[in-house]
Amino acid sequence: MKNPVGWAGAFALALLGISDLHAQGTLDAVQKKGFVQCGVNTGLAGFSQPDSKGVWKGLDVDVCRAVAAAVFGDASKVRYTPLTAQQRFTALQSGEVDVLARNTTWTITRDTSLGLNFVGVNFYDGQGFMVPRKLNVKSAKQLNGATVCVQPGTTTELNLADYFRANRMTFKPVVIEKLEEVLNAYFAGRCDVFTTDVSGLVSVRGSRAPKPEEHIILPEVISKEPLGPAVRHGDDRWFDVVKWSLFAMIEAEEMRLSSKTIDQAAASKDPAVQRFIGATGDIGKMLALDNRWALNIVKQVGNYGESFDANLKPLGFERGINALWTQGGLMYAPPIR
Amino acid sequence: MKWFRDNLFSSWPSAIATIAILWLAWKLAPPFVDWALIDAVWRSPDPRACRQPGGGGACWAFIAEKHRFILFGTYPFEQHWRPALATAILIFLWIFSSMRKFWNWWLAAVWGSGLALIATLMWGGAFGLAYVENERWGGLILTLLLASFGVAFAFPLSILLALGRRSEMPLLRTACIAYIELIRGVPLISVLFMASVMLPLFLPAGVSIDKLLRAQLALILFAAAYLAEAVRGGLQAIPRHQEETADALGLSWWGKTRLVILPQALRISIPPLVNTFIGFFKDTSLVLIIGLFDLLSTIKVSLQDPAWSGFGVEAYLFVSAVYFAFCFAMSAYSRRLERSPAHAGAPRPLVDS
Repeated sequence: MKNPVGWAGAFALALLGISDLHAQGTLDAVQKKGFVQCGVNTGLAGFSQPDSKGVWKGLDVDVCRAVAAAVFGDASKVRYTPLTAQQRFTALQSGEVDVLARNTTWTITRDTSLGLNFVGVNFYDGQGFMVPRKLNVKSAKQLNGATVCVQPGTTTELNLADYFRANRMTFKPVVIEKLEEVLNAYFAGRCDVFTTDVSGLVSVRGSRAPKPEEHIILPEVISKEPLGPAVRHGDDRWFDVVKWSLFAMIEAEEMRLSSKTIDQAAASKDPAVQRFIGATGDIGKMLALDNRWALNIVKQVGNYGESFDANLKPLGFERGINALWTQGGLMYAPPIR
Repeated sequence: MKWFRDNLFSSWPSAIATIAILWLAWKLAPPFVDWALIDAVWRSPDPRACRQPGGGGACWAFIAEKHRFILFGTYPFEQHWRPALATAILIFLWIFSSMRKFWNWWLAAVWGSGLALIATLMWGGAFGLAYVENERWGGLILTLLLASFGVAFAFPLSILLALGRRSEMPLLRTACIAYIELIRGVPLISVLFMASVMLPLFLPAGVSIDKLLRAQLALILFAAAYLAEAVRGGLQAIPRHQEETADALGLSWWGKTRLVILPQALRISIPPLVNTFIGFFKDTSLVLIIGLFDLLSTIKVSLQDPAWSGFGVEAYLFVSAVYFAFCFAMSAYSRRLERSPAHAGAPRPLVDS
């Protein structure tokens, strides 16, 4: 194309294409292509990881499956795009994936300037403490005077100092740069405590400890790393669909609806249950989905607790702050009505 | 006895080296054999069999459990025969084309139909085969496809680049030099990152180039620059009089290049070319940083499984064996190619008489 008019025309067409996509929306696009394209971690045990048969499993993977169950009534209509940490935001921004469910921490920078919309939190991670069981420590508040193994340079070290100061305790830091060496130091008994994110503690205990059962993770979590699925800015309908797919899983656990009991729910007299399974009201219509959207999620994927128990519990994760709000945790879904 | 004296104990340094190596082998081999063969756990669906106290052997059960995922990635489990067959066809195509007697025009036809067959097998969507999107391709076939297509496209491109670099047209020459030096000046990782992270941002919304295709393009562009320098080395080794003789015979530039210069230049550059091919085959494993499940990534992901973690030595020995088999085959073939009669010493007649 040599003439400027041609260029302008092509550019206009390209713009048209963009505005078209926005008018059409992700939900329509997803329904048209027949699957949800979901960005997941390339391999993080418990969150997203292909098993020996190459089937994706995990807490994040279940969010993808829940969205597919809500949109299509079929949790298997997902295609997974394994993404590295560097790729994940571009993949969402460029439209390569429809949902990013890849253990991503919700921060204001990512929510605003990176153009992401976090739909909620499916795992509250945060810095915790691991100690050998034989020390007989039950709470981080008992750690006064302890020797603590920590990696330098991250907020981990800072959080540790703040926590001990706030609780008027002292500690002796053993600061080692490399993960490998800091773990060796801890397992060799050079320090009483090892600290990093709870999910990291659980995974090193499972994979690196000579005897995993000899180490316990204390219940205190001293920093905020809320991990959640995200969608693109500027598409509210799709945002709603993904957000309520996650909420439906949490709400189902609170209502004691599980994949095993959901079929009996039709007989329930509880109006909230009736609304949830789509027997009354038009909740699904409001999301531009089938009224049985939530029923399909629970039936095919399960509620949040089931997903947690299937994926994270075998690795040694406790519910802790990821329990329902009714049980002292932070998992709380707004009412479905 | 004489052979021993001549080869192993011909001088004092040689004798000492022989004894040192024998001693090392005697020290290292038995523990390795114990670990890898005698104490090893060969088959067990339960990782606890490998973790028993006192069991200091290799855990080949890890490979037995994970081999399907390692070889085929996230390809649908019950359809694994398709990538298996495709891998076999691809390997067959390479063996077939390595034999001189098949170097005919119809070799192209064989490759064409072979690749069509592989595409049908891998993608499906025809002849009753279920469609499998290429995001699910993985394992050995992905490594082989990336390497095969990489070499197949990069090699012709590299010849053009090498010729362009020696061209007398300044603009063309500068462009080729700029390209080669630019690509050689950056690491492959950054080229892959550009292709996988930056490129999608420049494309208009709604237009997306497949992730696998982007990685493949990056690999081709990268390999072409390196191969071009290997080819240029061959071109520079051709004596000037060859070109002048061809000119005197009245050959056109293309005729001269095709019939006189290239056949000799490429023969000379076989060792560096094969060197680059082998390096390139292993370089494809870098696609793991952009989330493609090639052979090395599937191994890494398998090791992430908490039930089976900690068997890294077994896993990486296995994957090294696979890489070694392919790389050694390549280098063995190149040695044969250099020695083969048609390529020895005397130049062939320049033109058919």
